[in-house]
Amino acid sequence: MNLDTIIFAISAVVAVFGAVMMIGQRNPVASVLYMIVSLVAQAVLYIQLGALFLGAVLIIVYAGAIMVLFLFVIMLLNLRGREDLGAGSPLVSKVTKFVVAGLFVLELGFVVWSGVFPDSGSTGIQSSASEFGSVKVVAELIFMKYLYPFELASILLLAAIVGAVVMAGRAAVTETDESDDDDPVKEQTVDEVHD
Amino acid sequence: MLEIVLISSLKVVVIMAAVLTGCAYATYMERKVVARLQHRVGPTYAGPYGLLQPIADAVKLIFKEDIVPNRVERITWGLAPLVSFVPALLTFIVVPFGADIELFGRQIKMVGSDLNIGILFILAVTSLGVYGIVLAGWSSGSKYSLMGGIRSSAQMISYEVGYGLSIIGVILVANTLSLRELVEQQASVGDWFIWRQPLGFILYLTCAIAETNRLPFDMPEAESELVGGYHTEYSSMRFAMFFMGEYANMLAVSAVGATLFFGGWQGPYLPPVVWFILKVFMFMFFYIWLRATFPRFRYDQLMAFGWKVLFPLALLNTMVTAALVML
Repeated sequence: MNLDTIIFAISAVVAVFGAVMMIGQRNPVASVLYMIVSLVAQAVLYIQLGALFLGAVLIIVYAGAIMVLFLFVIMLLNLRGREDLGAGSPLVSKVTKFVVAGLFVLELGFVVWSGVFPDSGSTGIQSSASEFGSVKVVAELIFMKYLYPFELASILLLAAIVGAVVMAGRAAVTETDESDDDDPVKEQTVDEVHD
Repeated sequence: MLEIVLISSLKVVVIMAAVLTGCAYATYMERKVVARLQHRVGPTYAGPYGLLQPIADAVKLIFKEDIVPNRVERITWGLAPLVSFVPALLTFIVVPFGADIELFGRQIKMVGSDLNIGILFILAVTSLGVYGIVLAGWSSGSKYSLMGGIRSSAQMISYEVGYGLSIIGVILVANTLSLRELVEQQASVGDWFIWRQPLGFILYLTCAIAETNRLPFDMPEAESELVGGYHTEYSSMRFAMFFMGEYANMLAVSAVGATLFFGGWQGPYLPPVVWFILKVFMFMFFYIWLRATFPRFRYDQLMAFGWKVLFPLALLNTMVTAALVML
């Protein structure tokens, strides 16, 4: 049991625990909090693999920005977990969720059974000697090798932002109550800028 | 192995103790400076020049009753003060406060942890700081707290964009994310990044004030509108923790600002740690000076300023810097 294994074990358990608790909660704020716990644990895993940049970005973008937006929306709608969110869903969605869940279980079973992750004594983690995942390598990949896909993706996000603003603008006009409607809209765009 | 653990723990203990003392005396400094600026004398009774005032305050807060209102969401409510306080402390782990020294034949770095993504770490930790305030506002079950929480989450997300972009200018010029290397590149006054990033510095300062919810941007706790904002329902040590969190945050952005723009611990004659503290002190004084001088912004002005002035300026600064670096 070296230090690496211990850290991996703790953060892996916390990540899975957070994810499971997230879907098991009635209270949406508790769900968000568990998701943050899970994200932070995942960031630890990334950092342990040597992908410092990915770990930091996971916290900055997901835990620090997107989850704050989730909380913000929950607070604005004042959801307190008393709503029965699962009731009355049509038959199609009930069937779909069981089919999708079943597929995921099958996939997971296949991965474990086929031994894609070899049991290499410890956890299969190796701190890569190369600069894999460092800021420099990631930047070179994004801005040299995959520049065009990257820029195209950013244009896609821009289109989404513009679309959100246009739709929100319409909603505000029809409700004729602009002052109340302005702020949540603003926040939506805030988050996408972060992305 | 044991040695590394020992040295690291010792460093962490020293840094935490220094920051907590710094927080305590930042409150004293604030009261004294604001008092002087308003032709008053400030605290004088506890100890010589009122120097024991922070201790008296702490004792008072500890002995106050810890009131838990009925309608709070217990767990989240109890967690919120911690969440707002801890990230601020974490920032200090990566800020270097002196040159390497030789002690008992060992090279000891005067920084908690010399991460080569130090700046990203700071951004990550700063972005987590908002949760304390948001959760406090939501879990208190009071409309003033909720208003304060919502306002602050909007404000902090907005200004975080400018905050991050203003730092990018420095990163572009320095070509590193490690705070230690940043400090090493600013050996003399002429090398300070403030000269190469003047606009970046102004943006950083403005966004930092908004990030730490200080006047003139202290929307989340605007007393005249929201009673106390997000911490309306808190009392005793829980309240004290928010209070310390605010000062720890101020100290943190001051320390980061001093490191990014004013050469960190570099300076002639005096020992590095003293220079570092002096530079942080200068930032803190500026903060308090602003507080005593300016009235509060209106909320819509604040958001408009953040998105329509600071954000475009920060983008422009980044682009111009990038172009100049390329040339």
